[in-house]
Amino acid sequence: MDLVMLLTVFVLAIYVGFEVITKVPPTLHTPLMSGSNAISGITIVGALLAAGAAMGQSPELAKTFGMVALVFATINVVGGFLVTHRMLKMFKKK
Amino acid sequence: MLNQSVVNIAYVVAAVLFIMGLKGMAHPRTAVKGNLTGAVGMLLAVLATVLSPDFGLDWTYVLIGLAIGAVIGAILAIRIAMTSMPELVAIFNGFGGAASIVVAAAELVKYFEQGASGTINLTQMSIATVLAGLIGSVTFFGSYIAFGKLAEFLGVKWKLYPWQKAVKFGVALLFIAMGGYIAWMFEFSLFGILSLVFLLLTAVFTLGKKAVFPGMQAIKLVSAIATVAVGVMLVMQTMGTMTFTEQPMELFWLLVAISALLGVTLTFSIGGADMPVVIALLNSYSGIAAAMTGFVINNTVLIIAGSLVGASGIILTNLMCVAMNRSLANVLFGAMGSSVQDVDVDEVYKNVKSTSGDEIAMMLEMAQKVLIVPGYGMAVSQAQHTVRDLANLLESKWDIEVVYGVHPVAGRMPGHMNVLLAEANIPYDKLLEMDDVNSMMDSIDVCVVIGANDVVNPVARTEGSPISGMPIIDVDKARTVIMIKRSLSPGFAGIPNPIFAAENALMFFNDGKKAFNEIITAVKES
Repeated sequence: MDLVMLLTVFVLAIYVGFEVITKVPPTLHTPLMSGSNAISGITIVGALLAAGAAMGQSPELAKTFGMVALVFATINVVGGFLVTHRMLKMFKKK
Repeated sequence: MLNQSVVNIAYVVAAVLFIMGLKGMAHPRTAVKGNLTGAVGMLLAVLATVLSPDFGLDWTYVLIGLAIGAVIGAILAIRIAMTSMPELVAIFNGFGGAASIVVAAAELVKYFEQGASGTINLTQMSIATVLAGLIGSVTFFGSYIAFGKLAEFLGVKWKLYPWQKAVKFGVALLFIAMGGYIAWMFEFSLFGILSLVFLLLTAVFTLGKKAVFPGMQAIKLVSAIATVAVGVMLVMQTMGTMTFTEQPMELFWLLVAISALLGVTLTFSIGGADMPVVIALLNSYSGIAAAMTGFVINNTVLIIAGSLVGASGIILTNLMCVAMNRSLANVLFGAMGSSVQDVDVDEVYKNVKSTSGDEIAMMLEMAQKVLIVPGYGMAVSQAQHTVRDLANLLESKWDIEVVYGVHPVAGRMPGHMNVLLAEANIPYDKLLEMDDVNSMMDSIDVCVVIGANDVVNPVARTEGSPISGMPIIDVDKARTVIMIKRSLSPGFAGIPNPIFAAENALMFFNDGKKAFNEIITAVKES
């Protein structure tokens, strides 16, 4: 996809983000942070592609970096969604 | 294997699920489902990736990485105490930044070894790599400092526990080892050695005991300029307009090393009460770093998810700054003006009245409506369950209405107090926001402040103090105020709080949890 298209997506996504997140009440700000943290673990996609490159298709060093990135991103994804779930389940109405 | 178009459609669906998930966060009722929606989106993105034609089907590294990450993530998420949530979020932000650095590094290594693959836009790729490395590194190293300050082993003067010492010195050594490895990898070339020097400096900074020291501002400025300079050099080198080094990756690691110093110095001088701003800001950075990685690998789902998180962090940062009446630049670059300290503390605290559990119980018996205002002190003494016990007792025994007033910057991260009170099973409709509480303040008979100070200091309403203009919870306007605090020591702003000596105020000098236990005993006996 060309750069202008990607920039369009970037700008529109930020705008959507602003619209959606302004509506989150202060009471949920902590779960919002941990939950959005899990979403920023989307780098896992890049890490998977780098770590899973076929032998000989990509330098060994690049694959190793991919694996390291995969560890970090997976911690974010798994840990982020789990801890957010744990927190949100505590919020109860009378 | 799926067709690339199918994969792209799956990515769009994943992005929509993320947006729907965040939308669910608008209400506690829908939030659990929202979070699960986001998780399904992530699963879909992962599945689409491993089934895409781009995926090389070499599973060894993938499975090792996934397994290690999943185990560490799950252990952290399940075992963490709710009071330590700020530390966890800080370190997760850092991991997000780290992942962005390493993905960018992997792409760059591949590019330099094999040249451009397919229809890559070189300008876009080189600029995005620089930004992903720079922002990722500031996020990772800044988050480590934020984590260390929250866990109270960085930038503090007191004696550390053995584990704190081990982490502090262990991580500093790790930074130095990283520098050493980079220098060795590039056979001690000029840029390799420079990287080592910068990481060495970073390590030294993390070992400091004082949060602020002379020359700090200069280092922030110099490292900021240096990151931009090295970034531009790296872009030029990647695009082939100019060659600075024999081994092109040298510049990338030098950029990471300088950004490390920038991230550390920017975060190190920030004090406890400003932590909510910093965590929100680092949250935003981790999202922007992910979006930049999306530009590196030409992937829209990374760009969308990353910018959603970036926007979320910016909104929270802004809310926190407004709640403290300070600008972001002031938080990052300036210390609070503690020089305005010309008030005579003894004069202010001349009429302080101290009270006891029994006396408080008697006052509560007369009350119809009680307000509890929690602050960081409640988290420190883990008093949330005891607070709930008292509230339940008051409701069942004397039919008193108990509500909670939460200041936006109470605690160490946005919404910190709400999570703790929710953990203690206090229904969320009893947690009121600052403005709602203030408008009902004249109907409050007894207000109990536990472990909060600056956010209820009426000095904020007058001119010429460091916290002037900061919105506060007007607890001084309640009929009676009880301040539970261990001493008369000032809060983070370093100014005395006239409310301690106000006519309608009583001090209960005690640890938060012990204080509430004493009140509970007294209420039960009366």
